Amino acid sequence: MNEQPLWSIFVNAALVNNFVLAYFLGICPFLGVSAKVETAVRMGGAVTFVMLVSSVCAFAIHRILIAIGAPFLELIAFIAVIASTVQLVEMFIKKTSPALFRALGIFLPLITTNCAILGLALFQTNKGYNFVQALFYALGAGAGFMLALLLMAGIREKLEFADMPDAVQGTAIALIVAGILSLTFMGFGGLGA
Amino acid sequence: MKTEPSAADEFVKGLWRENPVFVQVLGMCPVLAVSNTAMNALAMGLATTFVMFMSNTLVATLRHVIPKQVRIATYILIIATFVTIVDYAIEAISLELHAALGAFIALIVVNCLILGRAEAFASKHTVPRAMLDGLGMGVGFTFALFCLGAVRELLGNGSLFGVAVLPAAFEPWIVMILPGGGFFTLAAWLLFINYLKRRDAERAALAEAAR
Repeated sequence: MNEQPLWSIFVNAALVNNFVLAYFLGICPFLGVSAKVETAVRMGGAVTFVMLVSSVCAFAIHRILIAIGAPFLELIAFIAVIASTVQLVEMFIKKTSPALFRALGIFLPLITTNCAILGLALFQTNKGYNFVQALFYALGAGAGFMLALLLMAGIREKLEFADMPDAVQGTAIALIVAGILSLTFMGFGGLGA
Repeated sequence: MKTEPSAADEFVKGLWRENPVFVQVLGMCPVLAVSNTAMNALAMGLATTFVMFMSNTLVATLRHVIPKQVRIATYILIIATFVTIVDYAIEAISLELHAALGAFIALIVVNCLILGRAEAFASKHTVPRAMLDGLGMGVGFTFALFCLGAVRELLGNGSLFGVAVLPAAFEPWIVMILPGGGFFTLAAWLLFINYLKRRDAERAALAEAAR
């Protein structure tokens, strides 16, 4: 078992090994949904929520598959459960809180193919975290994703009014900004180690 | 009815005109994460090509059988099956490579490029065409990954495929191996391709005006 303290797991997942800027997970939504601060916040919230739920599920699946001696089914089981969890959560939110459902909109189903979610499930299994550690890991990863998305959206809103050469506009400038952000986050290295 | 593009065209379009990375900007996560050396990039590209080829073939074969409502879930299960095969195959062939690529082999499952091809192409076309499309897109993906991996390894380490090619006096740019370097290299390639496209468009406009 891993004996890492909880705060260290949280800081590690959120800042030092930020899922987006250090592990390159969830780049698609990072580039796609980061044009406006408001949508970025909603996406970040939805991702954090699904991360928590799927982290709990992944923990249970891992235990069950080890118990029945079929670890090769892990990947298939993870993705199937994540996909159906997202569907379930979507239905649940629609029923209980239509306002929240409208706010999340298209982002909820899109999360299924967000590699940050599956990556989280795989990493927490590889690292052998116990249940509480896994929860903190998911929280940290979600917070880190939200932070990266927010920073990016803030910068891109400013960029809209900047005078740039035509060829740089669009994805290219977004990637350059992401690169600088990634370098900045490296300054957190050594924190919480 | 629209004329069907030739079989060769289905294959070639993935290489350049509709290159998954440079033009469609799909499947970014593995592109940036494992392109720190040319070898990793090539291995990742080949693994993805295999999965895309197999899943495209199977999806096209089953396209009349899969109910519309559950098609996405079915595609993901098909893809996950092939990814598991690739994962175990790479572990058997080279433990070192398996460690270098890490969780990113498993993450091929959620590569939006593969699901995108299954949904946008394989589910609507015949089996041979889907196979060609999968192969073409795969080769295009591998090519793009290699472009990134080669540049990053050359500048960040002074070597190519682990063999030192630059003189010892060359000071490696450590940043290229780090995550930030991945973003910068991809941005540079996109800039270059944007430039080529604009130049072509300007030439076409000039030729039009001269006529």
